[in-house]
Order: sequence, then C-alpha cells, then structure tokens
Amino acid sequence: MFTLQGYGPLLLKGAKLTIIVGAGAMVIAILLGLAAALCKLSRFKIPAMLAEVYTTVIRGIPELVLILLVYYGAPTLIQDFATFLGKEIYVEIKPMAAGILTIGFIYGAFATEVFRGAFLAVPKGQIEAAHACGMGPVLTFRRILLPQMWRFAIPGLGNVWMVLIKATALVSVIQLPELMRNTDLAARNIHKPFTCYFAASLLYLAITIFSLVFQQWAEKKANRGVRRES
Amino acid sequence: METAIIIESLPKFLDGTLVTLQITVLSVILGFILSVPLSIMRVSKNPFIKTPVYCFNFYFRGTPLLVQIFLIYYGSGQFQSFLTDVGLWQFFREAYFCAVLSLTLNTAAYTSEIFRGGIQGVPVGEIEAARACGMSGTLLYRRIIMPAALRIAWPAYTNEVVFLLQASSLVSIITLMDITGVARVVSARSFAFYELFLTAAGIYLVLVYGVIFVFKRVEKRITAHLNPSMLTS
Repeated sequence: MFTLQGYGPLLLKGAKLTIIVGAGAMVIAILLGLAAALCKLSRFKIPAMLAEVYTTVIRGIPELVLILLVYYGAPTLIQDFATFLGKEIYVEIKPMAAGILTIGFIYGAFATEVFRGAFLAVPKGQIEAAHACGMGPVLTFRRILLPQMWRFAIPGLGNVWMVLIKATALVSVIQLPELMRNTDLAARNIHKPFTCYFAASLLYLAITIFSLVFQQWAEKKANRGVRRES
Repeated sequence: METAIIIESLPKFLDGTLVTLQITVLSVILGFILSVPLSIMRVSKNPFIKTPVYCFNFYFRGTPLLVQIFLIYYGSGQFQSFLTDVGLWQFFREAYFCAVLSLTLNTAAYTSEIFRGGIQGVPVGEIEAARACGMSGTLLYRRIIMPAALRIAWPAYTNEVVFLLQASSLVSIITLMDITGVARVVSARSFAFYELFLTAAGIYLVLVYGVIFVFKRVEKRITAHLNPSMLTS
C-alpha cells in the first residue's frame, strides 16, 4: 500500500521547487520587512502610515485570496488600465513569479513586526554611544543597529519561515509544479490519494524538522557574544 | 472596473460569508473542546500520555493545512470500502464534513500548544494555595488552573482564531462556496477577476478586524480584576 509506484522522484522534484519558492519569498519578505520596519520607526509620518496600512491590510486577508488576486487579477487590472489609456496590451504573470512575489509580499508584513521588535530591543545606550562617537544615522544603522538586531530577530524570523514554507502549498492552485501540485498528479495517476498526500506531508515535516535544527544553530551562533549567567 | 458585477454578486457573497462564518465558528468551538483535554495531557509527566499529543501537535503544526484537507477529503477515498462498512463514508463523502474535520484537528493542535503555554504560565503560588485549600485533580483544574491559563493564553488564542478564519478560505479548493469560492466561481464566468477578489478581500478584512474587536472586548472583561482603571468607571 505504501509504495509510490515510481512517483517518488516527482514528489522530490516538487519539494525542491517548494524550497526554491520558499527561499525566494523569504528573501523578498526580509527585504520588505526591513524597509517597512524602518518606515514604521521613522520620524516621517507618510512612510510610517504607509507601512502601517501595508501590515494591517495584508494581515487581514487570506493568503489564497491574495495569490488569486495577483495571479488572475493583476494582469486584467493592468490591461483595463491600459485600455483606459487607449492602448491594447496583453499581460500575463508567470505562476512562479506570482507565487514568489505574493508570498514574499504577504510574509513581509509579518517580518515587519519581527524587525520592528528587534530594532526596539537593541539597547538605547548603544545608539547614543554611536551618536556620541560621531556616527550619522546611516552609519549607526549599518554598524550598530543592523548587526545587533539579528539576535532578537532570528526566533521571530524562524516562525515566519515555518509558516511561509507551508503557505507555498497554496501556489499549487495556480499550477506551479511544486510539491503539492506534483502530489496531485501522482495521486490522480495511481489512484492512491492517501498514500501520496501522506508522503507529501512527511516531506513537509522533514523540511520543518530541518528548519528547526537550522534555527537552533543560527540562534546559538547569533548569541555567541552574549554573556550567560550560569 | 465593472462595479455592476460586484453589486450583482453581493447576494452570493452574503451566502459565502455565512458559509465562511459557519465553518469557522464550528471549527473554533470543536477545536476548543478538543484542545482543553489535549493541553492538559500535553503537560502530563507520564510519557505515555504526553508523547501521543506531542506527535499529533507536531504533525498538524508541521504540515500545510492544504495537505491535511486533501488527506482527509481525497485520501478517505482510498478507504472507501472500509468506511462504508463502518458507516462513516456518508460523512467523508461530504466536502463540508471534511473541511470542518480538518480545520478542527488543525486548530486543536495549535490551540492546545497555546493553552499548554497558558497552563505552564499559571503562578505556582496559586496552585499551591489551591492545594492548601484542599483542591486537587479536576477541581483544581476547573476552578484555578484553566481559568488562569485561559486568561494568559487569550491574546495568542485571538491570533489563532484569526488565522483559522483566514485558513477557512482553503475550503474553496474542495468545492465549497465560501467567500473565496464565490469569488473564484463568479470570476471564472465573468472574467472580472480583480473586482471580485478585491471584494472578497474586503469582506475578509471586515470579518478579521471584527473578530479582533470582539476578542479584545472579551479580553478586557476576563482580565478586569488586573486593570485598576476599570474600577473607577
């Protein structure tokens, strides 16, 4: 019963794409999160407000709706806009790009909160000391704030990654041949849906376990300079 | 932008909203009922009680909800003859049943971990005082530990309910006509993609922030004794 009848490699290939989509989305989420967190903490009202709207709106809408909105909605929106300007164009977004961009965009909102907390966790004295040494805001950020905040951000980012990698399963609805989609194909072909989806779930579980181990290692490494009371 | 289609499909969206709310409320209630004993088992010192719950939680928190839904909805087909024999096939045949079952199991896993944190966060002194008053076992849990744990866990539980409300959108993939399902079906017919998905997104936003508002009110209520400013009003 528990054989995949030669569809194992297809599932593994899907898992590889799942990890690629997840990693790509995570990079976007981190960059967006950093930018939005800085906006939220800045003195300027308009960027702070924009970042607030971004996190509030994104966290209130299901991922699936956003993925469908970007994949199906964005091309027609652009086309309608072009028609409005008097031009006929045809726009199509590739499933891969739509998946990575949307998931990155969604989890950027969650990463924003992580980074905001992490920036605030860096002791104020550090920043005052940097100013006292004559560093400007950019230099203070690059030399003092950015290297020190990772220690506080890693646990939160680990959580974001765990949720994000599971959310990549949703990209299967826009036909990207990642793990979930390939499992679908296998299940249809060998008429063993339980076996196939169970195998897929174990692959996701393996990714989760590996991520947990990696996170522990990263936390240890990031905290290596911290004195522990024993 | 074709506003006519949005207005035309509003009654359908209303039906969809009811389906979304029904499925979410059912799963939240059933998940809550399941997660209370699970969380108590999870803090047990007996490995034979603790480990099965740990494994259950690890599996349901470590795999995507979509896989769990497919595993139950499509996967049950592999055991059709067995399920027919024991009289359960009539349930597993229904997408609605499978949707509620998978969402319930999923939220039970997350919620019991949240409650576990709450139980472990109850001050030891409170438990000692209760024991000194002669309470133990069920009485201790019912009167002292669970109410205190729920108070501690409430903000995290709010998040979980919000996530479940959003996760319920996945049931549209197994043919149910919730908010997302309505948007998908109507847009596939009319090609008014962004109009309809934006409408769906708007409805979810209202529901999510509505849930947050209600849960914050409840939080104020159940922690009123810790908030001296409420005494004067």
